[in-house]
Order: sequence, then C-alpha cells, then structure tokens
Amino acid sequence: MAELMKTIGIWLSAYFTLSIFSFLYKDNPFYKLAEQIFVGLSAAYWLVYTIYNILIPNLFNKLFTDFAHNWILLIPMALGIMMLMRMFPKLEWLSHYPMAIMVGTTAAIAMLLAFQSDFLSQIAATMVNPFKYSSPVDIVGTILLIIGTICGIYFFYFSKKQEGFYKIPSKVGIWFLMVSFGASFGYTVMARISLLIGRLDFLLRDWLHLIR
Amino acid sequence: MKHLHLILLFLLISMVAFANPEEIDTYYAEDAPWDDGTAVLHKWNLSAKWDSLSLQKADSLGVYQEIFNEFSLSGQYKETGLTPDIKHQYRLVLYNKEQGDSLTLFAETTTQQQWFSMDKLPLLILLLIICSSVLYYILSARRGKELFIRRISGLDSIDEAIGRATEKGKPILYVPGISDLNDIQTIASLNILNHVAMKSAEYGTELLVPCRFSMVMSAAHETVKDAYLKAGRPDAYKEDNIFYVTDDQFGFVAGVDGIMLREMPAANFFLGAFWAESLILTETGFITGAIQTAGTGQPHQLPFFVVSCDYTLIGEELYAASAYLSRDPQQLGSLKGQDFGKLLTIILILAGIIAEIAGFGWFKNFFEGVF
Repeated sequence: MAELMKTIGIWLSAYFTLSIFSFLYKDNPFYKLAEQIFVGLSAAYWLVYTIYNILIPNLFNKLFTDFAHNWILLIPMALGIMMLMRMFPKLEWLSHYPMAIMVGTTAAIAMLLAFQSDFLSQIAATMVNPFKYSSPVDIVGTILLIIGTICGIYFFYFSKKQEGFYKIPSKVGIWFLMVSFGASFGYTVMARISLLIGRLDFLLRDWLHLIR
Repeated sequence: MKHLHLILLFLLISMVAFANPEEIDTYYAEDAPWDDGTAVLHKWNLSAKWDSLSLQKADSLGVYQEIFNEFSLSGQYKETGLTPDIKHQYRLVLYNKEQGDSLTLFAETTTQQQWFSMDKLPLLILLLIICSSVLYYILSARRGKELFIRRISGLDSIDEAIGRATEKGKPILYVPGISDLNDIQTIASLNILNHVAMKSAEYGTELLVPCRFSMVMSAAHETVKDAYLKAGRPDAYKEDNIFYVTDDQFGFVAGVDGIMLREMPAANFFLGAFWAESLILTETGFITGAIQTAGTGQPHQLPFFVVSCDYTLIGEELYAASAYLSRDPQQLGSLKGQDFGKLLTIILILAGIIAEIAGFGWFKNFFEGVF
C-alpha cells in the first residue's frame, strides 16, 4: 500500500511539474488546473498550519494549562477578535485598533533595527583607513568601498537637483549600484539553475528512472 | 648611623612600593557595566613566568568548563549571552609548561541589568539628532515653507501607467509585496497604494489588489476605501477587488500569474517586499505587455526588477514615494528630515576616515559602542 501511494505521489508530482512547465509555451488548461489546485491546497494548508502550530500551542494551550502566568495573552487574543469584527459592518470600526497597533509597533521596531544595522554599523564599517593595508589590491578595494558607499548614499539624497557638480557623485553611485545588481543577478541565476536541475533530476531519476 | 637606618628603611619601603606589579598575578570577573545583564568582563594581569591559561566557568553541578584559552599576560575577555541576576563562578588556571608549574585564581560575580545600555549611546544621540531634524522640517512645512524634492522618474511613471490603463480600459494590478504588515516595506507600499487607488477612482479604472496575508488585505481594504472616499467616488469602491490569495509564497505567485494572464491588466505595480518570486511575477507581466513599475528594499531582488520592469524604485525611493506623490507637507517634512540624516551619514563617514588616518581610533570606537 505504501509503495502504491509513493508511486501515485511521484506520478502526481510529475504531472503537476509538467503542467507548470507547460506555462513556458503559453497559458493552457493544464497550467490553469495545476495553478488552481496549488492555490487552493496551499491556502487550506496554511489555515490548518496556523491553527495547529500557532493558535493552539501559543494561545489556547497556554491559557488553558497555566492561565495565571499567561493571562497577558488575553491582550493579543482580544486584538485578534477585534480584527474579526470586520465581518460585521456595525462593529467594523473595532478592527482599526489592532491594525493601528500593528502598523505603529512595526514602524517603531523597524526604525530602531534600521538605525542599528543599516545606519550605525554602515557608518562604522566604512570608517576605514585605506592606507593601513600593505597590499595595493586592499588599498584600492577599500577606496572603492568608501567611494561606492558615499556616492550610493548621495544617489538617494532627494533635496538637491542632480545637475552640474552634484550630478557626478549621483552618477557614480548609480554605477556602483548597477554593478552590484549585475553581480547579484548572476549569482541568483546560478542558484535558480540549481532549482531547475533539481526538478529535472526528479523527472529523470524518480519518475522516468532514466538516470541512476 | 641614624641616617643609614633611615636610608635603609626608605630603600625597603621603595622596594615594596615599587615592586614590579607584573610579578603579582591578578584576576577578577565583574558584571559588564551599563548593559542588559547578559555579560561578564574578565580581566587579568600575569607575571612573565606563565605561558598559557585556561579560563573556566562552573556549571550548575559545580564542574568547571573551559570558556576561553587565548594567552596574554595582560588581557580581558567579555563573556556574553548570560542570564541576568545569576551568580557565576570562575577560575583562571595558569600554566608554565616548561617548569610544570600551575596556579589557580578564583572569582565570582552576579550579572545585573542596568537602566541604560551604554553601547547604545551613539544610537540614542543620532536618533535624537535625526528625529529633531524630522520634527523641524515637519514644523517648517506646516508653517508654509516651500520644501524642494528633486524629480524621481520611477515615481512620475506611476501616474503615466494609471493613465495608460484608463486609456486601454483595462484594470490595474497592485501587489503590495509578499510580506506581512510587520514589514516596513509593506507599510510604505500601502502608502503608495493610497495614491494609486485615488487616481484609479478619479479615472474610473478598476484596481485589483491580491494579498498574501489577511492582515495586509485588511489594511489594503482600509487604504483603498479611504482613497475612494477622498476622491469622492465611494460608490466605485469594490471590496471584492482586494482579496486574499494564499499564505504560500509560490501558491500566491501562481495565483497572481493567473490573474495577469486572464484579466490582462494594463499596468502592474509590484511595490513592497519580494523574494524569489520577483522575476516570475514581472516576467509574466512582461509577457502580457503591461507597463510595469516595481520597487523593493530587498537588494537581491532589485536586479530582477531592473531587467524586467519599465520603472524600478530602488530601495529608499520606495520609502520616499508616498511623500513625493502626495506632496503632503507633513510627509515632505519627514522626507527632508531623512535627507538630513543621509547628509549627516556622509559627513560622519568622511570625518571617521580622516580620524582613522590621523590615528584617532576613539571616533570609530564611539560608533561601534566601544568606550
């Protein structure tokens, strides 16, 4: 029975893989069916996942087993219920409060994290004496790092028209950004090809047994 | 004779007082000052006869386990990741391998939380400076001062794309990223959605907003509804056009791809946080011939948007968008304040480099939180 289920699983996987690949030609009924099943199944899966992996262990279990130490969880629970009030037009206004808390808290936390990692750490990491190195490669590399960082920041300075002298650092900044994008693009494409190889490996090895 | 005794006594006192301090082995452990009670500072000063050391900590059973062993005659080690208000016992074992000699020094300390974390002092100072500048510019804008913001071509294209969709009589697709509401990029994207929704309400163009998370969907509902009200077209607002697809990353992508192929929107907006799906979405949009504007703060996804979209908002431009588009004095003031922060960053970096070249290491140390 287990072997039969495994075989059915492999055939289904192969069918859906080929259906999704068929999109490379054009939109077609096979792709549509695979897409609808994928979307429906994943939505159902995440609903069940949220109930069993988040709500039950993090809220209900803690409240029912040790209420005295977890009563604070009533606050997020109340906020969650307030969110559900969206379904009732007369009580819809209640859902604005949890949303406001979420947005406000997110902005505050993100600001602190960004200040620490993107701002302070970036400043300190760029404060380097390029001439402390003995190797010319390191010296040039450090100078490029400094120029790239400063010009990159200046590119995002919106309070000055980028013309005349002020255009130069901005142009240099966008060049640095584009070079880094190119490197990142190549790197990611390589990673994507490995995903394609993985899928082809499944089709040729597990399904068709053409390679061993 | 009396003078001789006095001289001998003076010499004796001098010898005791000025005896080489390196000859005395000292070790102590203390709670790291001005921290959150998670670190202990170990300091030692050893005589020259030792050639290796082992710093050990007693576990819950009282068994000593080594935590550090890099030898130096005078040094310190900061042990981190500890729990506050716990007493810790240590011993420093010193070895002279040639003579087979050893010495053990003991110390104990209790970790304590302080009200202020000193290594975050530079963060506080810079935060105060930049927040003050933001407040200053907001107040200036409110008083009616004209604030200049240069042209950002990626943002100018938004109105152009909406106009094109209107001309073609096709809908607009707006994807506010695939991150939840706890991502600042999603919040920035919802601000832009407000502008896009207002324009679509003015022009009478259908706006489709597929969402990956229920919280984002709820916020998008509010944003679009508010925009339609502001535009004076509450009757044109269709709640069903802002919908949940699935929490699954690639399930969501498959759903959005399907919408692009069947609804054939004339303008696609991908603004917010995107990951591996960025190229799949924008390539599909490219196939349908839609004018595409994308923007994200994810550096690794920007290359894909740059190659497959008509306009790309790079990082910071995404955050500047809502102020730029709305021209709201309050938001413009905030953007100007952030610009001041960028200028300050450039100045500090240049000053830091000069200080490093001149040998003033304290300047960089300050920003690293090392005092």
